[in-house]
Amino acid sequence: MRIVTDISMTAALGAFRTQAPRTRARGWVRLVVTALAGFIVPLLALLLWQVSASRDWLPQQILPPPDMVWQSFVDMVKSGELLGHIEISLQRVVEGFALGAVIGLTLGFSIGLSPILDDYLSPLITAFAQVPTLGWVPLLMILLGIDEGLKVAIIAIAAFIPMVINTRAAVRAVPQGLLEVARCFMYTRRQQLLRVVLPASVPTIFTGIRYGLTHAWKALVGVELLASAEGLGYLLVWGRQMFWLDMVLLAMAVIGVLGFAMDYGLARIERRLQRWRIGPLGDPS
Amino acid sequence: MRRGLTLPLILLLAWELASRLGLADPRILPPASQVLLRGWAAFWNDDLLGNLLASLTRDLAGFSLGTLAGLCFGTLLGLSRLGDRLLGPSFHGLKQIAIFAWIPLISMWFGIGELAKIVFIAIAAFVPVVLNTEEGMRGASRQLIEVGRVLTFNRRQRLTRIFLPSALPAILTGIQLALMASWLATIGTEYFMTVGPGIGGLIIEGRERFEMDQVMLGILILGVVGFALNAVAGHLGRVLTRYETA
Repeated sequence: MRIVTDISMTAALGAFRTQAPRTRARGWVRLVVTALAGFIVPLLALLLWQVSASRDWLPQQILPPPDMVWQSFVDMVKSGELLGHIEISLQRVVEGFALGAVIGLTLGFSIGLSPILDDYLSPLITAFAQVPTLGWVPLLMILLGIDEGLKVAIIAIAAFIPMVINTRAAVRAVPQGLLEVARCFMYTRRQQLLRVVLPASVPTIFTGIRYGLTHAWKALVGVELLASAEGLGYLLVWGRQMFWLDMVLLAMAVIGVLGFAMDYGLARIERRLQRWRIGPLGDPS
Repeated sequence: MRRGLTLPLILLLAWELASRLGLADPRILPPASQVLLRGWAAFWNDDLLGNLLASLTRDLAGFSLGTLAGLCFGTLLGLSRLGDRLLGPSFHGLKQIAIFAWIPLISMWFGIGELAKIVFIAIAAFVPVVLNTEEGMRGASRQLIEVGRVLTFNRRQRLTRIFLPSALPAILTGIQLALMASWLATIGTEYFMTVGPGIGGLIIEGRERFEMDQVMLGILILGVVGFALNAVAGHLGRVLTRYETA
């Protein structure tokens, strides 16, 4: 442990460190201290921001004072405007993600289970995956216009790729031993799928689902920046055009918080599913 | 291999025929051959190569900047407990912001020229490199660290002989991810900040003029470049980690 910490960069940090072992705090105290340490830098940044704003170091269009950002946040929440944008963005993500998930999981399972199908389809999917998601936007704009269809399609593509790749990999990585046991028990094809393949591949598939949601969220912001009249991405564009940096900053914060919340939610579901997974694998009935 | 080519060839043929026989509007679906011809013409007349080079230069500039910064920052987070406690939460918080959401802010601060684009690409490359470097450094085996202590390695020796080699595979994964992320970011900036040459600009221009063949050509190039970057990174990774199995 000592050696690891020894690498830290400055003498000032060194002084702080040598004191640490002497005050052997109890577990939870250390936890609180650790948590608080994370706030030091943001608070310093906030302080610097406030000082710079009150001394007019930078024009307001470049860096509005913190209370102004807070005020526009409060205003937008009160007027219900922010909630409206959030609702629209979330709806798009849910629709696009659901579409991408259905296609991605089905296709992933199919090519994972059938080597012949895999031979035929995989190169095509690989080629498709090479184009960055946002690259499709201009093409789909011509095909679908700039309405909801475009957004949902782009988000679906973004979600689809990691899910199909991970599902295929997960199904193929099911241990041969398990499949052999299933064959010995004369499981039907359906039983093999439900009792062996599905439970064994859930963790990797879930990784794909989480990546899918992250990518979908990223794609949503991208596509809303390019073509939208509502939603969080539009809020960013609008703020930029009007040179309302407070709006840009608060939209960024909302995007960050929502992105985190969604990923956190999936992580919790994932943990639940892992526990459930032990059942069907261990349960001989 | 033959099976893999079947479907793409059938699709290409169907595309070509549908367009040639008038089953699909050729403005919406120009024949595949026309896309290639467009590429040939663009190569000689529209400075396709210049646009591609502009995109790649931009991509590499942002990528190198972001990777270098990411390596330093990731090492700090991975090796210094204090550094991790002070800066880790801020980094992990900021990381949550979907990458494209930075574009408006960056364009307000840095304009819409080359600098803004490179800064944005650098941010995109920075995140995966930090995450993987941090994880790699943390994963250095206790035994190796102990050996280093016995041999009384100094700080630099520990870094170059123990931590860097054991973190290398993770770092390379991070770099590969950064390469993909920065290519996506390059396209993104070129779509949003359409000033200056670049493949993204070419595609947007094609859409504005409703020239589907130019749009498709551009997307084809995006895919080929993405594939090439990924292949190069994968190969480099295998070469550099060869010592692991030796």
